[in-house]
Amino acid sequence: MKHTISILVENEFGVLSRISGLFSGRGFNIESLSVAPTLDASISRMTIVTSGDEQILEQITKQLNKLIDTIKVIDFTGQDYVERDLAMVKVNAEDSTRAEVLRIADIFRSKVIDVTPRSYTLEVTGAPAKVDAIIELLRPMGIKEVVRTGPVVLGRGAKGWRSNE
Amino acid sequence: MKKTGSQILLESLQLEGVDTIFGYPGGTVINIYDDLVDYQGIKHILTRHEQAAVHAADGYARATGKVGVAIATSGPGATNTVTGIATAYMDSIPMVIITGQVPTPLIGNDAFQEADMVGITRPVTKHNYLVKDIKDLARIIKQAFYIARTGRPGPVLIDLPKDVQIATTKFEYPDKVELRGYKPTYSGNIRQIEKAAKMVLAAKKPVIYVGGGATLSDCSEDLKKLAEVTQSPLTTTLMGMSSFPSRHPLSLGMLGMHGTYYANMAVTNCDLLVAIGARFDDRVTGKIATFAPHAKIIHVDIDPTSIKKNVRVDLPIVGDLRDVLQNMLKKLAEQGDAVESLVERTAPWRAEIDEWKKKHPLTYKKEKGVIKPQYVIEKIRELTNEDAIITTEVGQHQMWTAQFFEFAKPRTFLSSGGLGTMGYGLPAALGAQAAFPERQVIDISGDGSFQMNSQELATLVQYKLPVKIVILNNGYLGMVRQWQQLFFDRRYSQTPLELPIDFTKLAEAYGGTGFRAEKPEEVEAVIKKGLETAGPVIMEFRIAREENVLPMVPAGAGINEMVLAS
Ligand SMILES: Cc1ncc(C[n+]2csc(CCOP(=O)(O)OP(=O)(O)O)c2C)c(N)n1
Ligand SMILES: [Mg+2]
Repeated sequence: MKHTISILVENEFGVLSRISGLFSGRGFNIESLSVAPTLDASISRMTIVTSGDEQILEQITKQLNKLIDTIKVIDFTGQDYVERDLAMVKVNAEDSTRAEVLRIADIFRSKVIDVTPRSYTLEVTGAPAKVDAIIELLRPMGIKEVVRTGPVVLGRGAKGWRSNE
Repeated sequence: MKKTGSQILLESLQLEGVDTIFGYPGGTVINIYDDLVDYQGIKHILTRHEQAAVHAADGYARATGKVGVAIATSGPGATNTVTGIATAYMDSIPMVIITGQVPTPLIGNDAFQEADMVGITRPVTKHNYLVKDIKDLARIIKQAFYIARTGRPGPVLIDLPKDVQIATTKFEYPDKVELRGYKPTYSGNIRQIEKAAKMVLAAKKPVIYVGGGATLSDCSEDLKKLAEVTQSPLTTTLMGMSSFPSRHPLSLGMLGMHGTYYANMAVTNCDLLVAIGARFDDRVTGKIATFAPHAKIIHVDIDPTSIKKNVRVDLPIVGDLRDVLQNMLKKLAEQGDAVESLVERTAPWRAEIDEWKKKHPLTYKKEKGVIKPQYVIEKIRELTNEDAIITTEVGQHQMWTAQFFEFAKPRTFLSSGGLGTMGYGLPAALGAQAAFPERQVIDISGDGSFQMNSQELATLVQYKLPVKIVILNNGYLGMVRQWQQLFFDRRYSQTPLELPIDFTKLAEAYGGTGFRAEKPEEVEAVIKKGLETAGPVIMEFRIAREENVLPMVPAGAGINEMVLAS
């Protein structure tokens, strides 16, 4: 089963390799990983999508917590959260397909961020399933290149997730 | 007044109470070695290989409970430490390893003697650091010692570039450590402990299963109380070996692949298994599906990742063993009657175990004219005192030592359990002897393992460390040969050590003393002479060449499926 985990880590040299090394060394999956500093520049937030049974997930969270640089770990599975993935899709824009591409972009509330005589580059944001869906619809037009950030998540509600709890 | 990085390092070591360090110099630590001359409070022992320096620091740490310290130069010196670090990591030994590094501007350039030590040691250290700015140095050293000795202990590496050693800054050693991501849990959850006490009180066939954590948290006394109060039979892993007296009536000895018949039978038949500072290693459990199949499992450990890693657990308790055991004893004391009825109820269980003990004790066949290794171990036990520190290498001799040397006091058995590192025992003995110059320190070795760090004879002689080395010489990489005999049709591929080495002459070549026994009648005299002789001694015993370690649980079998005789 898929799990989305958020990790607050010390924004220290080598911390990414500690996390990724832990996953590879123990044979855990990483489906996607995104990382950037938080409001507090000394802390980075990672979002990792991984998979495994309950026992593996328990090990993953425990092992992550065990790292000295890890401040906090949350497995969002089963919790109420919002999730966004961002993709940029460079798609063929022939005379016959230009209108269709724009129509699809419109349906997905996606923006055209670059245009050439033969291509559109679309920016699409949404839950991963929505991003998957637009990619599937654009595929017949001929996708030249895709890049995705991988999902990032936040818990729902008014409460924030502070590092000093 | 400003101090250089290397002075800050040495000052900090002193403030951490470090009196002995083990190491080997080179270009990127030459400044530290130069300053070392002025720091008489720190005794440096020059081993003859960096791996040995780390094992020595490890032996020092295991024998004393303090943090062991080793130092090596960058590149090859640093990479030579890796096996030593991995050995300590697998057994959770508190250590700080300092490696020199090329100057920061050269890092990443494939500079001469550059190796990415933070990258290389990441999976075998509890934590590691590359010091890029001298202003961070004191804080990093403080943190390194704190991390090494707290929680589940482990080795911490500090990679220290040469320019940082030379740079200067004001020295202030922090008195507090602030690590927002590191807060080990020491006190066990009291409700969980209460539940555990209830489960113990309800048991019919309890067994206590103890690992290396008991040594690390120095809880032998509480452990003994728990076993005695509840009259529960107790088995240990190799790592837990000396934390409970082998001769105690409740002792079942070691469990697992080369465990005793009665320990393995007790675990297989128990209805409650109380695991204390153990991690259910595959050498202990055998086939998981048939491990303690009828038992409820209580698992006490300071490291949450150990719990439910390999086996299902009915009641986890995260905390320091000493704290948890003491609270558990308190809870039990409040239930005097229930304890009494527990002891009564479990009497048939102890009787059943006594039957197993009688039926299949640890034993071996004497043979006329040949020295049996088990006999040598028994004799050493007889002729040493209870304070003697025993180290081993890895192989059959290690298992025979665990089986036949009866340990009485904690921290008297030092052996590489998790990694199984041949070449560990001699340098570890060196480190233990450096910590305790007056105690008997004995490395029980095999002819193969001994040659993995035999150069340390020079260190022993130089520093007048009177370690006694027992070589159980079977002319084989015996443990591998045993597997080949049992599972590969006796095809002894590359396990005979063809060249008969005269180990007594090797001892003499280094300035030590050597004795050899070739017949059983000579064994006692050689041990006596060896122990009486001042300075380092090798006692070589030409033993039965194809003796096997038994019982043995074949790989992949359940621990109740033991081979008892060849
Ligand atoms: C560094 C290292 N290399 C290889 C092994 C695999 N190994 C385990 S036991 C053993 C044989 C050890 O031979 P010896 O030291 O003579 O001990 P014996 O088993 O004969 O008592 C070997 C090769 C190991 N444990 N460590
Ligand atoms: Mg041998």
